[in-house]
Amino acid sequence: MTEPNPESSVGLVTPSIEHFEQAIELDCGVTLDAYDICFETYGTLNAARDNAVLVCHALSGDHHAAGYHSPEDRKPGWWDNCIGPGKPIDTDRFFVVCPNNLGGCGGSTGPLAVRPGTGKRFGPDFPIVTVRDWVASQARLADRLGIDTWAAVIGGSLGGMQVLQWAIDFPARVRHAVVIAAAPRLSTQNIAFNEIARQAIRSDPNFHDGHYYEHDVVPEHGLKLARMVGHITYLSDDVLHTKFGRELRAGKINFGFGVEFEIESYLRYQGESFVGRFDANTYLLMTKSLDYFDPAQAHDGDLTRAVSGCKARFLVVSFSSDWRFSPARSREIVRALLDCDRDVSYVDIESDLGHDSFLLPIPQYHKVLASYFRRIEVQA
Amino acid sequence: MNPAVLRPEHRLIADWIADGARVLDLGCGDGAFLAELQRDKGVSGYGIEIDPDNIVACIERGVNVIQANLDQGLSGFDEDSFDYVVMTQTVQAMRFPHLLLDEILRIGREGIVTFPNMGHWKCRLQFARGRMPVTRHLPQTWYDTPNIHMCTLDDFEDLCASRDIAVIERAIVDSQHRAVIGMQLLPNLLAEIAIYRIRQRR
Repeated sequence: MTEPNPESSVGLVTPSIEHFEQAIELDCGVTLDAYDICFETYGTLNAARDNAVLVCHALSGDHHAAGYHSPEDRKPGWWDNCIGPGKPIDTDRFFVVCPNNLGGCGGSTGPLAVRPGTGKRFGPDFPIVTVRDWVASQARLADRLGIDTWAAVIGGSLGGMQVLQWAIDFPARVRHAVVIAAAPRLSTQNIAFNEIARQAIRSDPNFHDGHYYEHDVVPEHGLKLARMVGHITYLSDDVLHTKFGRELRAGKINFGFGVEFEIESYLRYQGESFVGRFDANTYLLMTKSLDYFDPAQAHDGDLTRAVSGCKARFLVVSFSSDWRFSPARSREIVRALLDCDRDVSYVDIESDLGHDSFLLPIPQYHKVLASYFRRIEVQA
Repeated sequence: MNPAVLRPEHRLIADWIADGARVLDLGCGDGAFLAELQRDKGVSGYGIEIDPDNIVACIERGVNVIQANLDQGLSGFDEDSFDYVVMTQTVQAMRFPHLLLDEILRIGREGIVTFPNMGHWKCRLQFARGRMPVTRHLPQTWYDTPNIHMCTLDDFEDLCASRDIAVIERAIVDSQHRAVIGMQLLPNLLAEIAIYRIRQRR
Protein backbone atom coordinates (compact mmCIF):
# COMPACT_ATOMS: atom_id res chain seq x y z
CA MET A 1 0.00 0.00 0.00
CA THR A 2 1.17 3.52 -0.79
CA GLU A 3 0.88 5.66 2.32
CA PRO A 4 -1.21 8.72 1.46
CA ASN A 5 1.08 11.69 1.89
CA PRO A 6 -0.94 14.26 3.85
CA GLU A 7 1.29 17.08 2.61
CA SER A 8 0.54 16.74 -1.06
CA SER A 9 -2.47 14.41 -1.28
CA VAL A 10 -6.12 15.33 -1.17
CA GLY A 11 -6.35 12.35 1.19
CA LEU A 12 -9.44 10.20 1.54
CA VAL A 13 -12.25 11.10 -0.82
CA THR A 14 -15.81 9.89 -1.30
CA PRO A 15 -17.56 10.05 -4.66
CA SER A 16 -20.90 11.88 -4.85
CA ILE A 17 -23.85 11.18 -7.11
CA GLU A 18 -26.19 13.79 -8.55
CA HIS A 19 -29.45 12.50 -9.91
CA PHE A 20 -30.97 14.36 -12.84
CA GLU A 21 -34.68 14.08 -13.58
CA GLN A 22 -34.19 16.39 -16.53
CA ALA A 23 -34.42 14.52 -19.83
CA ILE A 24 -31.34 14.85 -22.02
CA GLU A 25 -31.63 14.51 -25.77
CA LEU A 26 -28.51 12.85 -27.08
CA ASP A 27 -26.81 13.42 -30.42
CA CYS A 28 -27.91 9.98 -31.58
CA GLY A 29 -31.57 11.02 -31.25
CA VAL A 30 -32.33 8.98 -28.14
CA THR A 31 -33.58 10.77 -25.03
CA LEU A 32 -32.50 9.69 -21.57
CA ASP A 33 -35.32 10.63 -19.20
CA ALA A 34 -33.18 10.58 -16.10
CA TYR A 35 -29.59 9.82 -15.25
CA ASP A 36 -26.97 9.92 -12.53
CA ILE A 37 -23.61 11.62 -12.69
CA CYS A 38 -21.02 10.28 -10.30
CA PHE A 39 -18.21 12.70 -9.48
CA GLU A 40 -15.52 13.65 -7.02
CA THR A 41 -14.43 17.08 -5.84
CA TYR A 42 -11.21 18.24 -4.22
CA GLY A 43 -10.56 21.58 -2.53
CA THR A 44 -13.17 24.19 -1.67
CA LEU A 45 -15.40 26.32 -3.85
CA ASN A 46 -14.69 29.94 -2.85
CA ALA A 47 -17.35 32.55 -2.08
CA ALA A 48 -16.98 34.15 -5.51
CA ARG A 49 -17.42 30.69 -7.09
CA ASP A 50 -14.67 31.52 -9.56
CA ASN A 51 -12.09 28.88 -8.64
CA ALA A 52 -13.71 25.73 -10.06
CA VAL A 53 -11.69 23.49 -12.38
CA LEU A 54 -13.33 20.73 -14.40
CA VAL A 55 -11.17 17.68 -15.07
CA CYS A 56 -12.39 15.56 -18.01
CA HIS A 57 -11.31 11.94 -18.09
CA ALA A 58 -10.05 9.89 -21.02
CA LEU A 59 -11.20 6.58 -22.49
CA SER A 60 -10.54 4.29 -19.54
CA GLY A 61 -10.61 6.92 -16.79
CA ASP A 62 -13.33 7.76 -14.31
CA HIS A 63 -14.28 10.27 -11.63
CA HIS A 64 -11.57 9.09 -9.24
CA ALA A 65 -8.82 11.48 -10.28
CA ALA A 66 -7.04 12.07 -6.97
CA GLY A 67 -6.72 10.83 -3.42
CA TYR A 68 -7.75 7.49 -1.96
CA HIS A 69 -11.10 5.83 -1.35
CA SER A 70 -9.76 3.92 1.63
CA PRO A 71 -6.48 3.75 3.53
CA GLU A 72 -6.04 0.25 2.08
CA ASP A 73 -6.04 1.48 -1.55
CA ARG A 74 -2.92 0.41 -3.34
CA LYS A 75 -3.12 3.26 -5.83
CA PRO A 76 -4.50 6.80 -5.70
CA GLY A 77 -6.77 8.34 -8.38
CA TRP A 78 -5.54 8.40 -11.98
CA TRP A 79 -4.18 11.97 -11.92
CA ASP A 80 -3.08 12.17 -8.30
CA ASN A 81 0.39 13.35 -9.35
CA CYS A 82 -1.17 16.52 -10.79
CA ILE A 83 -4.05 17.33 -8.43
CA GLY A 84 -3.51 18.15 -4.76
CA PRO A 85 -2.14 20.74 -2.34
CA GLY A 86 0.88 22.37 -3.94
CA LYS A 87 0.55 20.28 -7.09
CA PRO A 88 0.09 21.79 -10.58
CA ILE A 89 -3.69 21.85 -10.12
CA ASP A 90 -3.38 23.20 -6.61
CA THR A 91 -6.34 22.23 -4.43
CA ASP A 92 -5.33 24.94 -1.94
CA ARG A 93 -6.47 27.43 -4.59
CA PHE A 94 -8.85 25.54 -6.82
CA PHE A 95 -12.04 23.56 -6.39
CA VAL A 96 -11.60 20.57 -8.67
CA VAL A 97 -14.53 18.60 -10.09
CA CYS A 98 -14.08 15.31 -11.92
CA PRO A 99 -17.20 13.53 -13.18
CA ASN A 100 -17.56 10.04 -14.62
CA ASN A 101 -18.98 10.41 -18.11
CA LEU A 102 -22.41 9.20 -19.18
CA GLY A 103 -22.08 5.69 -20.56
CA GLY A 104 -19.19 5.06 -18.19
CA CYS A 105 -18.86 2.23 -15.73
CA GLY A 106 -17.66 4.17 -12.70
CA GLY A 107 -21.03 5.10 -11.23
CA SER A 108 -22.64 7.44 -13.75
CA THR A 109 -25.52 6.06 -15.76
CA GLY A 110 -24.19 3.65 -18.37
CA PRO A 111 -24.59 0.11 -19.68
CA LEU A 112 -24.25 -1.30 -16.14
CA ALA A 113 -27.20 0.74 -14.85
CA VAL A 114 -30.62 -0.79 -14.52
CA ARG A 115 -32.98 0.46 -17.17
CA PRO A 116 -36.04 2.05 -15.57
CA GLY A 117 -39.11 -0.15 -15.76
CA THR A 118 -37.28 -3.25 -17.01
CA GLY A 119 -35.37 -4.48 -14.01
CA LYS A 120 -32.58 -5.27 -16.45
CA ARG A 121 -29.34 -3.53 -17.19
CA PHE A 122 -29.07 -1.28 -20.24
CA GLY A 123 -26.22 -3.36 -21.60
CA PRO A 124 -25.87 -2.91 -25.35
CA ASP A 125 -29.06 -0.83 -25.46
CA PHE A 126 -27.43 2.12 -23.78
CA PRO A 127 -27.45 4.82 -26.45
CA ILE A 128 -24.20 5.91 -28.06
CA VAL A 129 -23.02 9.08 -26.37
CA THR A 130 -20.83 11.75 -27.92
CA VAL A 131 -18.36 14.26 -26.56
CA ARG A 132 -21.05 16.92 -27.03
CA ASP A 133 -23.48 14.89 -24.92
CA TRP A 134 -20.89 14.61 -22.18
CA VAL A 135 -20.24 18.34 -22.21
CA ALA A 136 -23.98 19.04 -22.06
CA SER A 137 -24.35 16.72 -19.06
CA GLN A 138 -21.29 18.24 -17.36
CA ALA A 139 -22.81 21.69 -17.85
CA ARG A 140 -25.89 20.55 -15.96
CA LEU A 141 -23.67 19.24 -13.20
CA ALA A 142 -21.99 22.67 -13.09
CA ASP A 143 -25.43 24.30 -12.75
CA ARG A 144 -26.26 21.95 -9.92
CA LEU A 145 -23.00 22.79 -8.14
CA GLY A 146 -23.60 26.52 -8.56
CA ILE A 147 -20.66 26.95 -10.93
CA ASP A 148 -21.46 29.48 -13.59
CA THR A 149 -17.99 29.72 -15.11
CA TRP A 150 -15.08 27.33 -14.86
CA ALA A 151 -11.74 28.90 -14.02
CA ALA A 152 -10.38 26.12 -16.23
CA VAL A 153 -11.46 22.99 -18.02
CA ILE A 154 -8.62 20.52 -18.46
CA GLY A 155 -8.15 17.03 -19.85
CA GLY A 156 -5.84 14.74 -21.78
CA SER A 157 -6.59 12.60 -24.84
CA LEU A 158 -10.37 12.05 -25.04
CA GLY A 159 -10.48 14.42 -22.04
CA GLY A 160 -8.79 17.11 -24.14
CA MET A 161 -11.49 16.69 -26.77
CA GLN A 162 -14.12 17.44 -24.13
CA VAL A 163 -12.18 20.60 -23.21
CA LEU A 164 -12.25 21.76 -26.83
CA GLN A 165 -15.97 20.98 -27.06
CA TRP A 166 -16.62 22.93 -23.84
CA ALA A 167 -14.86 26.01 -25.20
CA ILE A 168 -16.91 25.75 -28.40
CA ASP A 169 -20.32 24.95 -26.88
CA PHE A 170 -20.15 27.16 -23.78
CA PRO A 171 -17.71 29.97 -24.62
CA ALA A 172 -18.91 32.15 -21.74
CA ARG A 173 -18.50 29.42 -19.16
CA VAL A 174 -14.81 28.58 -19.72
CA ARG A 175 -12.05 31.03 -18.79
CA HIS A 176 -9.13 28.72 -19.54
CA ALA A 177 -9.08 25.62 -21.74
CA VAL A 178 -6.17 23.22 -21.27
CA VAL A 179 -6.11 20.67 -24.09
CA ILE A 180 -3.51 17.96 -23.61
CA ALA A 181 -2.40 15.19 -26.01
CA ALA A 182 -5.59 15.52 -28.04
CA ALA A 183 -6.64 15.88 -31.67
CA PRO A 184 -9.41 17.83 -33.41
CA ARG A 185 -10.70 14.49 -34.68
CA LEU A 186 -9.42 10.94 -35.08
CA SER A 187 -7.23 9.92 -37.97
CA THR A 188 -8.20 6.96 -40.13
CA GLN A 189 -5.51 4.96 -38.35
CA ASN A 190 -6.98 5.87 -34.95
CA ILE A 191 -10.40 4.63 -36.07
CA ALA A 192 -8.82 1.48 -37.44
CA PHE A 193 -7.27 0.66 -34.07
CA ASN A 194 -10.60 1.31 -32.36
CA GLU A 195 -12.32 -1.04 -34.77
CA ILE A 196 -9.87 -3.83 -33.92
CA ALA A 197 -10.66 -3.27 -30.24
CA ARG A 198 -14.40 -3.39 -30.89
CA GLN A 199 -14.17 -6.49 -33.05
CA ALA A 200 -12.10 -8.21 -30.38
CA ILE A 201 -14.87 -7.60 -27.84
CA ARG A 202 -17.81 -8.28 -30.13
CA SER A 203 -16.43 -11.53 -31.48
CA ASP A 204 -15.80 -12.97 -28.01
CA PRO A 205 -18.25 -15.92 -27.57
CA ASN A 206 -19.02 -14.55 -24.11
CA PHE A 207 -20.18 -11.20 -25.49
CA HIS A 208 -23.71 -12.44 -26.26
CA ASP A 209 -24.45 -9.32 -28.30
CA GLY A 210 -23.73 -7.26 -25.23
CA HIS A 211 -26.15 -9.14 -22.94
CA TYR A 212 -23.35 -10.95 -21.15
CA TYR A 213 -24.54 -9.81 -17.70
CA GLU A 214 -27.60 -12.03 -18.09
CA HIS A 215 -25.34 -14.99 -18.78
CA ASP A 216 -23.18 -14.19 -15.79
CA VAL A 217 -20.09 -13.99 -17.93
CA VAL A 218 -17.76 -11.27 -19.17
CA PRO A 219 -16.21 -11.10 -22.66
CA GLU A 220 -12.95 -11.28 -20.85
CA HIS A 221 -10.88 -12.40 -23.77
CA GLY A 222 -12.10 -9.71 -26.14
CA LEU A 223 -11.78 -6.90 -23.62
CA LYS A 224 -8.28 -8.07 -22.81
CA LEU A 225 -7.30 -8.02 -26.49
CA ALA A 226 -8.88 -4.58 -26.90
CA ARG A 227 -6.81 -3.25 -24.02
CA MET A 228 -3.65 -4.89 -25.34
CA VAL A 229 -3.93 -3.26 -28.75
CA GLY A 230 -4.90 0.04 -27.14
CA HIS A 231 -1.95 -0.13 -24.82
CA ILE A 232 0.51 -0.45 -27.68
CA THR A 233 -0.80 2.82 -29.11
CA TYR A 234 -0.33 4.55 -25.74
CA LEU A 235 3.39 3.79 -25.64
CA SER A 236 6.18 4.65 -28.01
CA ASP A 237 8.39 2.17 -29.84
CA ASP A 238 11.35 3.58 -27.89
CA VAL A 239 9.84 3.11 -24.48
CA LEU A 240 8.77 -0.45 -25.30
CA HIS A 241 12.31 -1.14 -26.40
CA THR A 242 13.85 0.44 -23.29
CA LYS A 243 11.46 -1.23 -20.88
CA PHE A 244 11.30 -4.71 -22.39
CA GLY A 245 13.64 -4.98 -25.35
CA ARG A 246 13.68 -8.56 -26.57
CA GLU A 247 14.14 -9.99 -23.10
CA LEU A 248 12.99 -13.58 -22.77
CA ARG A 249 11.26 -14.75 -19.63
CA ALA A 250 12.94 -18.14 -19.68
CA GLY A 251 16.22 -16.76 -20.92
CA LYS A 252 15.91 -18.75 -24.15
CA ILE A 253 13.54 -19.31 -27.06
CA ASN A 254 11.20 -22.25 -26.48
CA PHE A 255 9.70 -22.62 -29.94
CA GLY A 256 6.17 -22.36 -28.57
CA PHE A 257 3.24 -20.00 -28.22
CA GLY A 258 3.34 -19.42 -24.50
CA VAL A 259 4.63 -16.20 -23.03
CA GLU A 260 8.23 -15.89 -24.18
CA PHE A 261 9.12 -12.25 -24.58
CA GLU A 262 8.73 -9.89 -21.62
CA ILE A 263 6.53 -7.59 -23.73
CA GLU A 264 4.06 -10.46 -24.18
CA SER A 265 3.87 -10.96 -20.46
CA TYR A 266 3.43 -7.22 -19.88
CA LEU A 267 0.61 -6.89 -22.42
CA ARG A 268 -1.22 -9.90 -21.00
CA TYR A 269 -0.92 -8.43 -17.53
CA GLN A 270 -2.26 -5.06 -18.73
CA GLY A 271 -5.16 -6.80 -20.46
CA GLU A 272 -6.04 -8.99 -17.51
CA SER A 273 -5.96 -6.24 -14.92
CA PHE A 274 -8.23 -4.13 -17.14
CA VAL A 275 -10.89 -6.85 -17.37
CA GLY A 276 -11.44 -6.68 -13.63
CA ARG A 277 -12.12 -2.97 -13.59
CA PHE A 278 -13.79 -2.04 -16.85
CA ASP A 279 -17.03 -2.88 -18.61
CA ALA A 280 -16.88 -4.09 -22.21
CA ASN A 281 -20.03 -2.23 -23.31
CA THR A 282 -18.61 1.01 -21.92
CA TYR A 283 -15.37 0.38 -23.80
CA LEU A 284 -17.36 0.04 -27.03
CA LEU A 285 -19.21 3.30 -26.32
CA MET A 286 -16.06 5.23 -25.49
CA THR A 287 -14.33 4.18 -28.70
CA LYS A 288 -17.38 5.28 -30.70
CA SER A 289 -17.39 8.61 -28.95
CA LEU A 290 -13.77 9.04 -29.99
CA ASP A 291 -14.50 8.08 -33.59
CA TYR A 292 -17.41 10.52 -33.88
CA PHE A 293 -15.66 13.51 -32.33
CA ASP A 294 -15.28 16.16 -35.02
CA PRO A 295 -16.29 19.68 -33.98
CA ALA A 296 -15.33 21.03 -37.41
CA GLN A 297 -17.93 18.85 -39.11
CA ALA A 298 -20.74 21.30 -38.36
CA HIS A 299 -18.67 23.98 -40.14
CA ASP A 300 -17.94 22.19 -43.42
CA GLY A 301 -14.81 20.69 -41.91
CA ASP A 302 -13.40 24.12 -41.08
CA LEU A 303 -11.89 23.90 -37.60
CA THR A 304 -11.08 27.62 -37.58
CA ARG A 305 -14.75 28.47 -37.92
CA ALA A 306 -15.60 25.89 -35.27
CA VAL A 307 -13.36 27.59 -32.70
CA SER A 308 -13.97 31.17 -33.83
CA GLY A 309 -16.58 31.73 -31.14
CA CYS A 310 -14.37 30.49 -28.31
CA LYS A 311 -13.57 33.03 -25.62
CA ALA A 312 -11.30 30.96 -23.38
CA ARG A 313 -7.56 31.36 -23.24
CA PHE A 314 -6.00 28.11 -24.43
CA LEU A 315 -3.02 26.06 -23.40
CA VAL A 316 -2.37 23.21 -25.83
CA VAL A 317 0.15 20.55 -24.85
CA SER A 318 1.54 17.64 -26.88
CA PHE A 319 4.28 15.07 -26.31
CA SER A 320 7.10 14.51 -28.77
CA SER A 321 6.83 10.70 -28.95
CA ASP A 322 3.01 10.51 -28.94
CA TRP A 323 2.00 8.77 -32.16
CA ARG A 324 -1.60 8.13 -31.18
CA PHE A 325 -2.36 11.88 -31.11
CA SER A 326 0.88 13.29 -32.43
CA PRO A 327 2.14 16.86 -31.88
CA ALA A 328 1.01 17.62 -35.44
CA ARG A 329 -2.59 16.96 -34.36
CA SER A 330 -2.25 19.43 -31.48
CA ARG A 331 -0.79 21.97 -33.88
CA GLU A 332 -3.96 21.69 -35.99
CA ILE A 333 -5.88 22.97 -32.98
CA VAL A 334 -3.30 25.70 -32.34
CA ARG A 335 -3.38 26.80 -35.95
CA ALA A 336 -7.17 27.11 -35.94
CA LEU A 337 -7.00 29.22 -32.77
CA LEU A 338 -4.24 31.41 -34.25
CA ASP A 339 -6.29 31.87 -37.40
CA CYS A 340 -9.01 33.54 -35.37
CA ASP A 341 -6.71 35.44 -33.01
CA ARG A 342 -7.57 33.52 -29.86
CA ASP A 343 -5.20 33.62 -26.91
CA VAL A 344 -3.22 30.40 -27.10
CA SER A 345 0.04 28.97 -25.88
CA TYR A 346 1.41 25.72 -27.25
CA VAL A 347 4.02 23.48 -25.68
CA ASP A 348 5.45 20.25 -27.08
CA ILE A 349 6.95 18.30 -24.19
CA GLU A 350 10.06 16.25 -24.94
CA SER A 351 9.21 12.73 -23.77
CA ASP A 352 9.89 9.22 -25.01
CA LEU A 353 6.91 7.76 -23.13
CA GLY A 354 4.34 8.17 -25.89
CA HIS A 355 0.68 9.09 -25.46
CA ASP A 356 0.69 7.92 -21.83
CA SER A 357 2.95 10.90 -21.02
CA PHE A 358 -0.09 13.00 -20.23
CA LEU A 359 -0.68 10.93 -17.08
CA LEU A 360 2.92 11.02 -15.92
CA PRO A 361 4.75 13.53 -13.72
CA ILE A 362 7.22 14.67 -16.39
CA PRO A 363 9.03 17.68 -14.82
CA GLN A 364 8.77 20.09 -17.76
CA TYR A 365 5.10 19.15 -18.29
CA HIS A 366 4.18 19.77 -14.68
CA LYS A 367 6.21 23.00 -14.63
CA VAL A 368 4.19 24.26 -17.59
CA LEU A 369 0.87 23.28 -16.00
CA ALA A 370 1.83 24.74 -12.61
CA SER A 371 2.94 28.03 -14.20
CA TYR A 372 -0.22 28.23 -16.23
CA PHE A 373 -2.53 27.55 -13.30
CA ARG A 374 -0.67 30.06 -11.09
CA ARG A 375 -1.61 32.74 -13.63
CA ILE A 376 -5.31 31.93 -13.44
CA GLU A 377 -6.93 34.64 -11.35
CA VAL A 378 -9.25 33.60 -8.56
CA GLN A 379 -10.57 35.55 -5.62
CA ALA A 380 -9.20 34.65 -2.23
CA MET B 1 19.76 35.35 -24.38
CA ASN B 2 20.24 37.83 -21.60
CA PRO B 3 17.20 40.13 -21.28
CA ALA B 4 19.22 42.70 -19.35
CA VAL B 5 21.47 43.11 -22.40
CA LEU B 6 18.51 43.25 -24.76
CA ARG B 7 16.47 45.78 -22.87
CA PRO B 8 17.77 49.07 -24.38
CA GLU B 9 17.60 47.58 -27.86
CA HIS B 10 14.02 46.60 -27.19
CA ARG B 11 13.20 50.11 -26.03
CA LEU B 12 14.32 51.41 -29.40
CA ILE B 13 12.15 48.85 -31.17
CA ALA B 14 9.17 49.66 -28.95
CA ASP B 15 9.27 53.23 -30.26
CA TRP B 16 8.64 51.89 -33.75
CA ILE B 17 5.61 49.85 -32.74
CA ALA B 18 2.18 51.44 -32.90
CA ASP B 19 -0.24 51.19 -29.98
CA GLY B 20 -2.60 48.24 -30.11
CA ALA B 21 -0.64 46.53 -32.89
CA ARG B 22 -0.48 42.77 -33.43
CA VAL B 23 3.05 41.58 -32.84
CA LEU B 24 4.79 38.26 -33.40
CA ASP B 25 8.11 37.95 -31.55
CA LEU B 26 10.33 35.26 -33.07
CA GLY B 27 12.70 33.83 -30.49
CA CYS B 28 10.89 35.74 -27.74
CA GLY B 29 13.12 34.47 -24.93
CA ASP B 30 11.51 34.80 -21.52
CA GLY B 31 8.70 36.95 -22.93
CA ALA B 32 9.77 40.11 -21.06
CA PHE B 33 9.64 42.27 -24.19
CA LEU B 34 6.17 41.10 -25.23
CA ALA B 35 4.91 41.51 -21.68
CA GLU B 36 6.19 45.07 -21.70
CA LEU B 37 4.59 45.81 -25.07
CA GLN B 38 1.31 44.36 -23.82
CA ARG B 39 1.43 46.56 -20.74
CA ASP B 40 2.73 49.81 -22.27
CA LYS B 41 1.34 49.70 -25.77
CA GLY B 42 -1.65 47.41 -25.48
CA VAL B 43 -0.35 45.17 -28.25
CA SER B 44 -1.61 41.63 -28.72
CA GLY B 45 0.30 38.75 -30.16
CA TYR B 46 2.44 35.74 -29.63
CA GLY B 47 6.00 34.78 -28.97
CA ILE B 48 7.73 31.87 -30.65
CA GLU B 49 10.31 30.08 -28.58
CA ILE B 50 12.07 26.73 -28.51
CA ASP B 51 13.89 26.73 -25.15
CA PRO B 52 11.86 24.87 -22.46
CA ASP B 53 12.86 27.20 -19.59
CA ASN B 54 12.02 30.29 -21.62
CA ILE B 55 8.64 28.80 -22.50
CA VAL B 56 7.83 28.33 -18.82
CA ALA B 57 8.98 31.91 -18.15
CA CYS B 58 6.63 33.20 -20.88
CA ILE B 59 3.71 31.28 -19.40
CA GLU B 60 4.53 32.69 -15.97
CA ARG B 61 4.33 36.19 -17.44
CA GLY B 62 1.02 35.46 -19.12
CA VAL B 63 2.52 35.86 -22.59
CA ASN B 64 1.08 33.72 -25.38
CA VAL B 65 3.97 31.50 -26.42
CA ILE B 66 4.04 28.94 -29.21
CA GLN B 67 6.76 26.33 -29.09
CA ALA B 68 8.23 25.99 -32.55
CA ASN B 69 11.50 25.61 -34.38
CA LEU B 70 11.95 28.69 -36.58
CA ASP B 71 14.14 26.67 -38.92
CA GLN B 72 11.02 24.74 -39.87
CA GLY B 73 9.28 27.86 -41.14
CA LEU B 74 6.14 29.63 -40.04
CA SER B 75 3.54 27.76 -42.06
CA GLY B 76 1.15 27.90 -39.10
CA PHE B 77 0.61 31.60 -39.71
CA ASP B 78 -1.43 33.23 -42.43
CA GLU B 79 -0.29 35.96 -44.78
CA ASP B 80 -0.28 39.47 -43.30
CA SER B 81 -1.63 38.28 -39.98
CA PHE B 82 0.63 40.60 -37.94
CA ASP B 83 1.45 44.29 -38.02
CA TYR B 84 5.01 43.57 -36.93
CA VAL B 85 7.13 40.46 -36.84
CA VAL B 86 10.07 41.09 -34.54
CA MET B 87 13.24 39.02 -34.45
CA THR B 88 16.00 40.20 -32.15
CA GLN B 89 19.49 38.73 -32.48
CA THR B 90 18.18 35.48 -33.87
CA VAL B 91 18.57 35.76 -37.64
CA GLN B 92 22.27 34.89 -37.43
CA ALA B 93 21.48 31.59 -35.71
CA MET B 94 19.03 30.43 -38.39
CA ARG B 95 19.78 27.72 -40.88
CA PHE B 96 18.25 29.69 -43.78
CA PRO B 97 18.11 33.38 -42.82
CA HIS B 98 17.02 34.46 -46.30
CA LEU B 99 14.03 32.10 -46.31
CA LEU B 100 13.04 33.19 -42.83
CA LEU B 101 13.15 36.83 -43.93
CA ASP B 102 10.70 35.95 -46.69
CA GLU B 103 8.48 34.24 -44.13
CA ILE B 104 8.63 37.24 -41.80
CA LEU B 105 7.44 39.54 -44.55
CA ARG B 106 4.81 37.07 -45.71
CA ILE B 107 3.04 36.97 -42.36
CA GLY B 108 3.89 40.50 -41.17
CA ARG B 109 3.25 43.86 -42.78
CA GLU B 110 6.60 44.93 -41.38
CA GLY B 111 9.61 43.12 -40.01
CA ILE B 112 11.94 44.37 -37.30
CA VAL B 113 15.20 42.48 -37.31
CA THR B 114 18.29 43.00 -35.19
CA PHE B 115 21.65 41.27 -35.37
CA PRO B 116 25.24 41.72 -34.20
CA ASN B 117 27.33 43.43 -36.88
CA MET B 118 30.28 41.34 -38.01
CA GLY B 119 31.70 44.43 -39.70
CA HIS B 120 32.33 46.17 -36.36
CA TRP B 121 35.94 47.26 -35.98
CA LYS B 122 36.52 44.91 -33.04
CA CYS B 123 35.58 41.96 -35.20
CA ARG B 124 37.71 43.24 -38.06
CA LEU B 125 40.66 43.60 -35.72
CA GLN B 126 40.40 40.01 -34.65
CA PHE B 127 40.07 38.86 -38.24
CA ALA B 128 43.18 40.88 -39.07
CA ARG B 129 45.01 38.91 -36.40
CA GLY B 130 43.86 35.71 -38.08
CA ARG B 131 41.17 34.82 -35.49
CA MET B 132 37.43 34.34 -35.50
CA PRO B 133 35.93 37.21 -33.50
CA VAL B 134 34.88 36.69 -29.89
CA THR B 135 33.22 39.79 -28.47
CA ARG B 136 30.78 40.83 -25.79
CA HIS B 137 27.91 40.21 -28.20
CA LEU B 138 29.46 37.12 -29.71
CA PRO B 139 30.95 35.44 -26.68
CA GLN B 140 31.07 31.88 -28.04
CA THR B 141 33.99 30.34 -29.88
CA TRP B 142 33.67 29.16 -33.47
CA TYR B 143 32.94 25.54 -32.59
CA ASP B 144 30.16 26.05 -30.03
CA THR B 145 28.48 29.18 -31.33
CA PRO B 146 24.81 29.05 -32.36
CA ASN B 147 25.56 31.98 -34.66
CA ILE B 148 26.21 30.19 -37.90
CA HIS B 149 25.25 32.94 -40.35
CA MET B 150 27.00 36.12 -39.34
CA CYS B 151 26.83 39.16 -41.58
CA THR B 152 27.66 42.84 -41.74
CA LEU B 153 25.29 45.75 -42.32
CA ASP B 154 26.32 45.89 -45.95
CA ASP B 155 25.78 42.15 -46.40
CA PHE B 156 22.31 42.39 -44.90
CA GLU B 157 21.34 45.33 -47.07
CA ASP B 158 22.57 43.49 -50.17
CA LEU B 159 20.35 40.56 -49.25
CA CYS B 160 17.37 42.88 -48.77
CA ALA B 161 17.97 44.47 -52.16
CA SER B 162 18.19 41.09 -53.87
CA ARG B 163 14.85 39.99 -52.39
CA ASP B 164 12.97 43.21 -53.06
CA ILE B 165 12.91 44.10 -49.39
CA ALA B 166 12.75 47.80 -48.57
CA VAL B 167 14.58 49.15 -45.54
CA ILE B 168 12.14 51.59 -43.92
CA GLU B 169 14.37 52.56 -41.08
CA ARG B 170 17.74 51.58 -39.64
CA ALA B 171 19.14 52.17 -36.19
CA ILE B 172 22.61 51.30 -35.09
CA VAL B 173 23.86 51.14 -31.57
CA ASP B 174 27.10 50.55 -29.76
CA SER B 175 27.76 48.08 -27.00
CA GLN B 176 25.87 50.29 -24.52
CA HIS B 177 22.96 50.40 -26.97
CA ARG B 178 23.43 54.11 -27.45
CA ALA B 179 22.67 55.50 -30.86
CA VAL B 180 25.70 57.68 -31.46
CA ILE B 181 25.47 60.35 -34.15
CA GLY B 182 29.01 59.85 -35.47
CA MET B 183 28.11 56.28 -36.17
CA GLN B 184 26.02 57.35 -39.14
CA LEU B 185 29.20 58.21 -41.03
CA LEU B 186 30.80 54.78 -40.73
CA PRO B 187 27.94 52.50 -39.67
CA ASN B 188 29.42 49.27 -40.91
CA LEU B 189 32.56 49.93 -38.90
CA LEU B 190 31.08 51.35 -35.70
CA ALA B 191 27.73 49.64 -35.16
CA GLU B 192 27.76 46.69 -32.78
CA ILE B 193 24.07 45.96 -33.13
CA ALA B 194 22.02 46.72 -36.22
CA ILE B 195 18.27 47.24 -36.02
CA TYR B 196 16.30 47.19 -39.24
CA ARG B 197 12.71 47.93 -39.99
CA ILE B 198 11.85 46.26 -43.29
CA ARG B 199 8.95 45.75 -45.64
CA GLN B 200 8.37 43.68 -48.76
CA ARG B 201 8.10 45.70 -51.98
CA ARG B 202 4.90 44.54 -53.72
